[in-house]
Amino acid sequence: MIYFDNVSKSYQDGTVALNGVTLSIKQGEFVSIVGHSGAGKTTLVKLLLGEDNPTTGSVSFDSVNIKKIKAKDMPELRRRIGVIFQDFRLLPNKTAYENVAFAMEVAGKADEEIASDVPHVLELVDLTKKMWNFPRQLSGGELQRVAIARAIVNQPDLIIADEPTGNLDPINTYEIVQILKKINDMGTTVILTTHNKGVVEALGKRVITMDHGRIIRDDSTGKYAL
Amino acid sequence: MFWTTIKRIIKAGFISFWRNGSVSLSAVFVMIVALFMIASTLLITAFLGTALKDLQDKIDINIYVDEKATEPAILSLKEKIEILPEVKSVSYISREQALENFRIRHENDHRIIQALDEIGDNPLPATLTIKAKEPSQYEGISNFLSNKSELSAGSTLSIVSKVNYNDNKVAIDRLSKIIIGVKKLGGIITAMMIGISILITFNTIRLAIFIARDEIGVMRLVGGSNEYVRGPFVVEGILYGLVAAFLTLILFYPVTYWLKNTTQVFYGGVDLLHYFVANFVQIFVIIILSGIALGAVSSYLAVRKYLTSK
Repeated sequence: MIYFDNVSKSYQDGTVALNGVTLSIKQGEFVSIVGHSGAGKTTLVKLLLGEDNPTTGSVSFDSVNIKKIKAKDMPELRRRIGVIFQDFRLLPNKTAYENVAFAMEVAGKADEEIASDVPHVLELVDLTKKMWNFPRQLSGGELQRVAIARAIVNQPDLIIADEPTGNLDPINTYEIVQILKKINDMGTTVILTTHNKGVVEALGKRVITMDHGRIIRDDSTGKYAL
Repeated sequence: MFWTTIKRIIKAGFISFWRNGSVSLSAVFVMIVALFMIASTLLITAFLGTALKDLQDKIDINIYVDEKATEPAILSLKEKIEILPEVKSVSYISREQALENFRIRHENDHRIIQALDEIGDNPLPATLTIKAKEPSQYEGISNFLSNKSELSAGSTLSIVSKVNYNDNKVAIDRLSKIIIGVKKLGGIITAMMIGISILITFNTIRLAIFIARDEIGVMRLVGGSNEYVRGPFVVEGILYGLVAAFLTLILFYPVTYWLKNTTQVFYGGVDLLHYFVANFVQIFVIIILSGIALGAVSSYLAVRKYLTSK
């Protein structure tokens, strides 16, 4: 489903973020990418989302080279990928409900569908009571659950969670990971970047370890080995 | 689908306008200043135009006719002048009419009326007042009048006692220059004011959108197309413009009312408030359209900056 073919990414100041990364991820997998800050995890995510282009090599999603997707077709790709960030990235002037609904609106879903799906998804992440709260009225764990609801509401093929538990306490972290696991159990591919050892070990799924822009380990039921 | 999208974009614009209250408020205030500048320069230019036209109408050439001239002779002279292509109109004021006008004009000045009564006879000559189509054409008309061979056809030459063009020449020349100068300057000032207003508005909206740049990034990451991301901002810009335009128009009424007395002293009769009320529909359309255009175009351009990357 996802294929990184000998991908390198270097910036103008000479920093090498990725160095000859080759990697493939199959449909339905749950892959954790671990590594220190600056190991290249976030760059990997950016290339996958088309936010940046590789310097050499290619990144394909469902056999389509992401670099070759035209700007106007980019939204189409992004609607197939749900993204969750460490800093939540919710729209501050929209309520929890509206944030989730926004993802459906841009995807061109009908009003009736939005009205029935959004409450349902918010119920899945246990936020029914806070549906009409604005982000500033929610706690970190709640914000992340809104972000997850937004990521999954369009039933994407892939969920990318970039350090989703970085700002959360252990209880919230556990809950978020459980939700991600549930999503994966329903057949959605999940890519999780993290440096939380406990999270990775509790999952017992595939772990890719990165260091200085290279993949140094790739274990099918790996452990956190840094 | 198209209409659903439009509906959602408009709704999102309204909600955003409302929820970003303080940002919207400051944008609206800046736009009021900008629109006020545009409206007042347009109003003043138009108003000056009318005032100048009034002044222009006051320029004329008077031919004072000899006392001995008979009315048919005067009328035949009038006809001769009327055929000139530069001449807009020629009006004939008979001696009796001139005396009556004089009395009306000086009815409050008893000494003059007394002096007039003492003379007994009517001392005022009959006049032909010539108005040209353009102020610059008076010279040509005057030349024609002083050209004796032109006027000497028949015996009409003898009936003209005085042409006052040369007396007025300096004043007429100066006024023509002022009119041309003011018109040019008015155009330049209007263009400058409009330019400045556009820049101020554009910068304010750019700031407002700069504040929302992260949101733009999020919208795109979630899969929003450029049109869908930009749309609500453009709607918001239009709303700034509309609200500002209405407030500007409301503000204009008391301001012109307050200015009314001042301007009346200047131009005796022409009144800015009346001008504003009389031309309200036109001013309304100009201000509303400028507001909408300013807001929409500024927002469109300001968001574009954040939409260039993939």
